[in-house]
Amino acid sequence: MFGAGGGTSAYVEAEDADLLVLWGSNARETHPIFFHHVLQGLKKGARMWSVDPRRTSTAQWADGWLGLDVGTDVALANAIGREIIHAGLVNEVFVERSTTGFEDYRATVEPYTLARAQEITGVDAGLIRDLAHAYARADRAQICWTLGITEHHNAADNVFALINLALLTGHVGRYGSGLVPLRGQNNVQGGGDMGAIPAKLPGGYDLGDETARARYERAWGVPISPKPGMHLSEIFEAMDTGTLRALYCIGENPAESEANAAHARHLLEGLDHLVVQDIFRTATAELADVVLPAAADWCEYEGTVTNSERRVQRVRKAIDPPGSARPDTHIICGVAERMGHAWGEPTAEQVWDELRSLSQNWHAGMSYARLDALGGIQWPCPTEDHPGTPTLHTRLWAEEPEDRGRPAPFMPVEHAAPLDVLSEEFPIRLTTVRILDAYNSGVQSGGYSSPMRRRESLRMDAEDGARLGIADGERVRVVSRRGAVEAPVAFDPSLRPGLASFTPHFSEEVDINVLTNDAWDPKSGTSEFKATAIRIERIGSEKI
Amino acid sequence: MDLRLSTAEPTEAERRAVDAAFAAHRSPDDVPGADVRFPDSGHAARGRRHILLPALHAVMDAVGHLTPGALNHLARVLSVPPADVYGVATFYAMFSVTPRAPHVVHVCDDVACAPAGAEAVIAGLTEDLGEEGEGKEACWVRSPCLGLCERAPAAMLQLAGRPDVSVAPAAIGSLRAELDRIATEEPTRVPAADAAFADATVSVPQAGQPQLTLLRRVGVVDPESIDDYRAHGGYEALRRAVALGPERVIREVSDASLTGRGGAAFPTGVKWDGVARAPSRPHYLVCNADESEPGTFKDRVLMEYDPFGLIEAMTIAGYATGCERGYLYVRGEYPLATRRLEHAIATARAHGYLGDDVAGDGFTFDIELRRGAGAYICGEETALLNSIEGHRGEPRNKPPFPSTSGLFGKPTVINNVETLYNVLPVLAVGGEEFAKVGGGRSTGTKLFCVSGAVGTPGVYEVDFGTTLRELLELAGGVRGELRAVLLGGAAGGFVLPDGLELPLTLEGSREIGATLGSGVVLALDTQADLTGTLRRIAAFFRDESCGQCVPCRVGTVRQEEALARLTRGAPKGPELTLLDDLARVMQDASICGLGQTAPAAVLSALKLGLL
Amino acid sequence: MTTVLLGSISRLVTVTVDGRELRVPEGATILDVLREQGVETPTLCWAPNLTPINACRVCMVEVEGSRVLVPSCARKVDDGMVVRTDTEKVRHSRRMVLELLASSVDMDQASEDVQRWMVEYGVEPGRYGPPAPPEDDRAGHRVGHHHAPDGSTAANVAQPVKVDNDLYVRDYARCILCYKCVKACGTDAQFTFAISAAGRGFDAHIATEYDGELPDSACVYCGNCIGVCPTGALKSVREHELREAGDWRPEKETVTTTICSFCGVGCNLELHVQQGSIVNVTSPSDHSVTHGHLCIKGRFGFQHVQNLPEA
Repeated sequence: MFGAGGGTSAYVEAEDADLLVLWGSNARETHPIFFHHVLQGLKKGARMWSVDPRRTSTAQWADGWLGLDVGTDVALANAIGREIIHAGLVNEVFVERSTTGFEDYRATVEPYTLARAQEITGVDAGLIRDLAHAYARADRAQICWTLGITEHHNAADNVFALINLALLTGHVGRYGSGLVPLRGQNNVQGGGDMGAIPAKLPGGYDLGDETARARYERAWGVPISPKPGMHLSEIFEAMDTGTLRALYCIGENPAESEANAAHARHLLEGLDHLVVQDIFRTATAELADVVLPAAADWCEYEGTVTNSERRVQRVRKAIDPPGSARPDTHIICGVAERMGHAWGEPTAEQVWDELRSLSQNWHAGMSYARLDALGGIQWPCPTEDHPGTPTLHTRLWAEEPEDRGRPAPFMPVEHAAPLDVLSEEFPIRLTTVRILDAYNSGVQSGGYSSPMRRRESLRMDAEDGARLGIADGERVRVVSRRGAVEAPVAFDPSLRPGLASFTPHFSEEVDINVLTNDAWDPKSGTSEFKATAIRIERIGSEKI
Repeated sequence: MDLRLSTAEPTEAERRAVDAAFAAHRSPDDVPGADVRFPDSGHAARGRRHILLPALHAVMDAVGHLTPGALNHLARVLSVPPADVYGVATFYAMFSVTPRAPHVVHVCDDVACAPAGAEAVIAGLTEDLGEEGEGKEACWVRSPCLGLCERAPAAMLQLAGRPDVSVAPAAIGSLRAELDRIATEEPTRVPAADAAFADATVSVPQAGQPQLTLLRRVGVVDPESIDDYRAHGGYEALRRAVALGPERVIREVSDASLTGRGGAAFPTGVKWDGVARAPSRPHYLVCNADESEPGTFKDRVLMEYDPFGLIEAMTIAGYATGCERGYLYVRGEYPLATRRLEHAIATARAHGYLGDDVAGDGFTFDIELRRGAGAYICGEETALLNSIEGHRGEPRNKPPFPSTSGLFGKPTVINNVETLYNVLPVLAVGGEEFAKVGGGRSTGTKLFCVSGAVGTPGVYEVDFGTTLRELLELAGGVRGELRAVLLGGAAGGFVLPDGLELPLTLEGSREIGATLGSGVVLALDTQADLTGTLRRIAAFFRDESCGQCVPCRVGTVRQEEALARLTRGAPKGPELTLLDDLARVMQDASICGLGQTAPAAVLSALKLGLL
Repeated sequence: MTTVLLGSISRLVTVTVDGRELRVPEGATILDVLREQGVETPTLCWAPNLTPINACRVCMVEVEGSRVLVPSCARKVDDGMVVRTDTEKVRHSRRMVLELLASSVDMDQASEDVQRWMVEYGVEPGRYGPPAPPEDDRAGHRVGHHHAPDGSTAANVAQPVKVDNDLYVRDYARCILCYKCVKACGTDAQFTFAISAAGRGFDAHIATEYDGELPDSACVYCGNCIGVCPTGALKSVREHELREAGDWRPEKETVTTTICSFCGVGCNLELHVQQGSIVNVTSPSDHSVTHGHLCIKGRFGFQHVQNLPEA
């Protein structure tokens, strides 16, 4: 955000907020311990709003639930922005001193009247107005989001639309106010911070930043191309066009987790060479030419991970890795050695110290000793006497212009409906949802026995079921433009008519990514997992 | 909240009962949602928990026990987790979470009723209905003191589908007649059984005497007529209070040296002043009418025969302390008092004495009646607050005290019934004049509940300072040869025949290590089963301990066991050491007054060599 | 860059503890002060990550001006407060609380500290007589009623272990009713409210609705109740089985702090390892991310690193 890819607030700030908007986030189930902080806030009197197509367990705690149609988030956010402007609730001092581009933003949102937003989103205009006023009037307000915002073809636009609301009201850069993207996986933040983003260097520097690039080139003794690499969706496109012929896949299971999975598997199978480095023999590993068994670094080796509040924390070895499994860094150094580069076998701390020497703004002050002593540190932490930064962008509130630094830009965006359009042939919107006791493609969470676990079912509204002549529990065929799967049906009151859901956790039961759309967002490379058009077909009278 | 409910569904009757209770108690700006598949979410819905006890009562009143379907519906409508509903429902003796006969006879076998023939009643009921708790249409269960000691032995009939009634004296014949009537007659709003209470002189032998202050209207006014109440000086005190203004009212109460009559004897003026000045709003008034101390029945008598007096006194207290809402928490086993108070509240409201513009004087005050459900501990003020809020009736840690953080966390005045009735004479004669009766911290008159081996049991009003002997004589003297007097109730202590010159004041009783407590004076003659009485008291505390803190929860059990060994003839030495060890930890380390006083009577008996 | 903290720096107040005059922050509890001073104070229902429950009454101290003892865990210091911890009254109450518990509950698996306190305070649970035999249906007792005892045995909470799911057991014969599990399941952490105290007095017990099995309740298996249980009444099935098999080796246990491998919250995990295998997972109570509380994945989701194919 504003040049720093991380959430602005520490988790504990939710406990002191007056208003929390959980937008496209069922944190109650997907980020349960963050939600503990939210609940402490509610106990103290904070109000909470949920924006989600489903009436989730999070929504059941909310003072207001905006059950929007899938993929209409920008329209809703723009209407909220317009209402805040028209009601005279803009934080004018903040907008004037600390932002740019307000007039463009105003012009962009002007057509998004409450009535139009109601038409696009399906949310009652009065509720939209209530949320706009509550958000703008709160002393301390946060917007928190997850994959409901980012697993769309216009993911980045969705995020911009929310950032704009925070700028409009000044709900950023102050304790208790902020923008909180909750990362789906334990080190998504850290991976990005370490440069696993095509246009970034480790430490958050843009690849185009000449000074930074030169520093890394000096340290590594190799030239670094200023041209961004490919993100995941582009990698698969390159496989499709045949320009990418070999793949080294570390800790990722694309054969199951990619949208339009049948197509993805086909592409993986067509590679000249596939190397998979993983702690499991995943579906992707089954397709590999070489499998490198890795240690589970979180308990079998050492290192750091970074969480959704930018806190860098240590992972440590508690048990031995099984068999011939080795830590990821050891495997990589081993591969390097076979390729003629004697990197030796550096310890995790040595690798980290190299990063610290280069990531001067964010990580330089985070020695292992300090990370141990302080229970992790939130970046930026430029020096060893710096306490870390729980609240980001406080500079925007500084009195002196030079202390405020570069103002934060409004990024006006327009509504763009999901690409997988609903039609007479595919009339029902399928979305993917995550549940409390399972995780991603299920390779880890399948390892323990949860008393709550139910068989995977197509969750849908009972009225839809009645209309289609489908009974609760009946096995049906679910068809999208890309493929079809069979699954039992479970009626679920959290879903409205026209909306159905699967989890991604049980691909061995229902391979749902056969259905999902691999259309992706050009700005972030994320696929449109959340908006698939389907139809539901009865399979004779067969029942389970 | 994200409640997880079972699939059990309520019956139509259960659904109606819960919905009606919700409709009657919900705040006007808490509008239930349209989607019945979900419990409502948000702060307003989570604020419905205080309706839990009324809603549980509503289901019990309708069907006689609490099914999983009813509990589910309750949880959904009130946004209370089902485990919490269960936890609350199983706290109260009048609720049953297992199927039970719709008509339950609660037979008092406590200190006053046991010697008056309770076991004979139980034997008769066993013959008719079967063992305790069994029976399809009707069953009987033992009960702690029902507060009808002047009419012992007593029973209370808890009846699904019709109003509960008290039957006292509860000869087996009268109980059989009442059960017959229930089986054959349609319910009426005013049950026929109430007629047995028409003669006030049974409860108040002094009724109608001119010197009475607190009891002056008992047996004189028609308890169902506000006009008659006004004809007997009713609402003059309120008029006087409004003329004085809140601060002067509090000054009069302070000048009167009025102390709380609930047992703790805290100065009422100080309490009122604290709440009146508390900056946090709103303020609440709570009247503690959960009179449950074995041998105590004075509050019941006041409420049954002079209900408007309490409504007026609460209105004055609310006016003085800046409360717009008062809660009147009445003991669940007091059906007649409840009926009279409900009628009085409705009548006062209809006449403009409660509501947005009380008596045309421009202040707002209203009263909500809440019924207890069989838990002595709810007479402890903070347990009572938890009970109103829909939590288990477990006492809170103090500080903070209710005057700063009470009901719903707001400044709260909690006064006992008798204390509030005293406010009327304070305003009638002025604080200084009031304080001329008695002296020290013991000013005004005091009600005593005289029962046991006396000629005329009943509630007696005497000036503070009257001796115990004079009081016993007033009550017709001791029948037979006096062995001891239990003074202050189960939480009190014994006085031997040589101690009858004791002046009945706070100071006088403290001097001999006793307490006036709730005004119990239970006379035991040489025929009385003193050991049985002590064991009943020990059993009472074990049954009524809320179970929250270790000293009381386990201590009351061990005390009863030691007493059992003593009565079986175990060597005294080790048992007395043990009882003393138990008494000290209960007194020193229990959270609330129940645990702290649970060993009092036993200790007193041991000290006086009565065992 | 500055951290904006709500609230102001605490004022200091003067208190006297066992004759020593101290300056301590306003708002601290007596227990905070005692711990700071190194005065060992037994606690059972207190936990650093829960609001004071104030039910066990073992941490009692004398405070001048108070007729009864005062719970040090819940009482905040006042300026001028005079506290005494080593008086006969205090020692007697602590001994009796521990003794009453030990006479009615199986305390074998309580912490070493608890075992030591019982010795130091001279607890003699045997003087209440031999324990009454276990009961299958303690939950079925009618509220406000009990059978009159004859005093020949000491009533207690002995009952069978409840094993109704794959993750944890409830061994209520070890339950001292400290309410910590209820608070962790409720308003101090999880807000799931799957359990509550039910019943009253000596029959009070921790229960789901209708005393049903956990899988039929609202339980989401976060195990935060296990995390705070002081007596081993709640424990993982794994620990239960190891103990039953005689393979529980606490003396050989190592504890390693790491970060959960699931969602992006980044919860601190303490992996308890015995004989090369993770047996339990907890979280440090003083860490701002978790406050010591976890979800089902964090507490039980480690199994994937131990489900190895047979060698």
